Amino acid sequence: MASVETAMRYVLLGAAACFVLGLHLMNHPARARRGNQLSAAGMTAAVLAAVVLLVSEGAITTTGWIVFVTAAAVGATAGLYTARRVQMTAMPQLVSLFNAVGGGAAALLAVTDLLHPGAAALPARVTVPAGLDIIIGAVTFSGSLIAAGKLQGVVASRPVVFRGGRAANLALALVFGGSAAWVVARPDSPVALAALVLAALAFGVTMVLPIGGADMPVVISMLNAFTGTAVAMGGFVLGEPSLIVAGALVGASGGILTKLMADAMNRSIPNIILGGFGTGDETPAVGAAGGGQVRAVAADDVALQLAYAGRVIVVPGYGLAAAQAQHELAELGNVLEAHGITVEYAIHPVAGRMPGHMNVLLAEAKVPYPQLKEMDEINPEFPQADVALVVGANDVTNPAARRRGNPISGMPILDVDRAKSIVVIKRSMGHGYAGIDNELYTDPKTGMLFTDAKQGLAALLAAVRTFVA
Amino acid sequence: MSLDLLTAVTVFVLGLLVGFEVISKVPSTLHTPLMSGANAIHGIVLIGAMLITAAARDTVGYALAFAAVAFGAMNVVGGYAVTDRMLQMFKARLSGAPEGVNSHGER
Repeated sequence: MASVETAMRYVLLGAAACFVLGLHLMNHPARARRGNQLSAAGMTAAVLAAVVLLVSEGAITTTGWIVFVTAAAVGATAGLYTARRVQMTAMPQLVSLFNAVGGGAAALLAVTDLLHPGAAALPARVTVPAGLDIIIGAVTFSGSLIAAGKLQGVVASRPVVFRGGRAANLALALVFGGSAAWVVARPDSPVALAALVLAALAFGVTMVLPIGGADMPVVISMLNAFTGTAVAMGGFVLGEPSLIVAGALVGASGGILTKLMADAMNRSIPNIILGGFGTGDETPAVGAAGGGQVRAVAADDVALQLAYAGRVIVVPGYGLAAAQAQHELAELGNVLEAHGITVEYAIHPVAGRMPGHMNVLLAEAKVPYPQLKEMDEINPEFPQADVALVVGANDVTNPAARRRGNPISGMPILDVDRAKSIVVIKRSMGHGYAGIDNELYTDPKTGMLFTDAKQGLAALLAAVRTFVA
Repeated sequence: MSLDLLTAVTVFVLGLLVGFEVISKVPSTLHTPLMSGANAIHGIVLIGAMLITAAARDTVGYALAFAAVAFGAMNVVGGYAVTDRMLQMFKARLSGAPEGVNSHGER
């Protein structure tokens, strides 16, 4: 028996190596798919090794096998179905859902361990990580479900703030902190365990509810880091190194993305969690830009400008995805490219509802990835662009960010104002999340095409086709 | 299975450091697939769920094991499937377009 277990340990080590190498291969779009497949192969080997071990030890009862096989079939079918059917615009919800189930499963590992008859004798090196596992896992479970609900529009995506919300959060934190200490002291107390689970679940809800839809990229990344940490804690509880390694990898990934997103939004993480300025999802459609003239242009003029350009940089924002106009945009790009015009897409890190979301939406619309440029890569190129076409992006193009003394000061922006000419497709002069005027719109080089993104791009496409035909 | 605390902490810390090192090299273009791929990796929790199924002996134990296995399986299968679906959409050039039509600097 021991030799089977040793063999399984080596397989699990191999799986952990596959995860690391798989993530390593993700450093380029050409290799990324192979990386994910390598990671999946490692995972398959690990699961098979665990099955072989449990069979050879005869550790699982017949009922246990029935439970395992049915549950695995139910879970795998649900996972596969949603993965195949989900719309790319709904990816953030799906990732949130997977965060929820991962965190929930991790919390259940610790709960089960504490419910065992011998739980009273568990040492602190098991009960402390078990307490942490339950707190992090349960907070992630309920928090991710709320986040997914907000993204899906089932739960109000505006910040839901209620009187005494922060006091309630603090009280809940004290309750789960206290019950965690109680669980460590008395691992066999079902009351302590129940209090811990319920307080942590409630905290997840009250933590995410007050956070607005626009801050979701940060929240999803953070919950991803939480899930990883919860799985690692589950590894501590069960003494299972593969869980610890995988959990640490995911924790690191979520941590890095959280930091990147918060920086790109010019927000600190505590500021987002505690609720900050206008983080609502609805863009107020009122308020014209103060000072400076706005130049409105017609689709035909813009099409002419594009048709005679040598180089065009497109700046897509979430408004594009909200209008489901990424296919029209990609088609316009293709027509211009076919006419010999260089087209590139400038992607701000927070364009979309999760890190990198806009790239996936454009890839789905068949935009070749060499045209998708990161902010640092494209910013020096704007002065050489004949036309910068802004669709559905607002605050991330506002030159006011370079000055002190306004809500977006210091926020990294795309240097759209440095292009030779600028066209903005927008329905009205409404504000972005920061609630301030965008100075780009009153720039003399800027023409405003006031229309819906989908209709505007369709009109542009039709007009450009007549010019280049 | 036993694992002493120091070894467990060592594995955790080294795992974090390797994670930071590898993931900071992923371009922001791929951050969504990175996150869903990492999501699939934490589906390893399925192995933990199998271990608790093995230890289950009563109805409550089986019920919790069922939930944990179902969650874990959904996480792992869905995570890898959707990541693969996304990554296959990232193409270097337009399919069907003649070579050189959309010529760029760094092809």
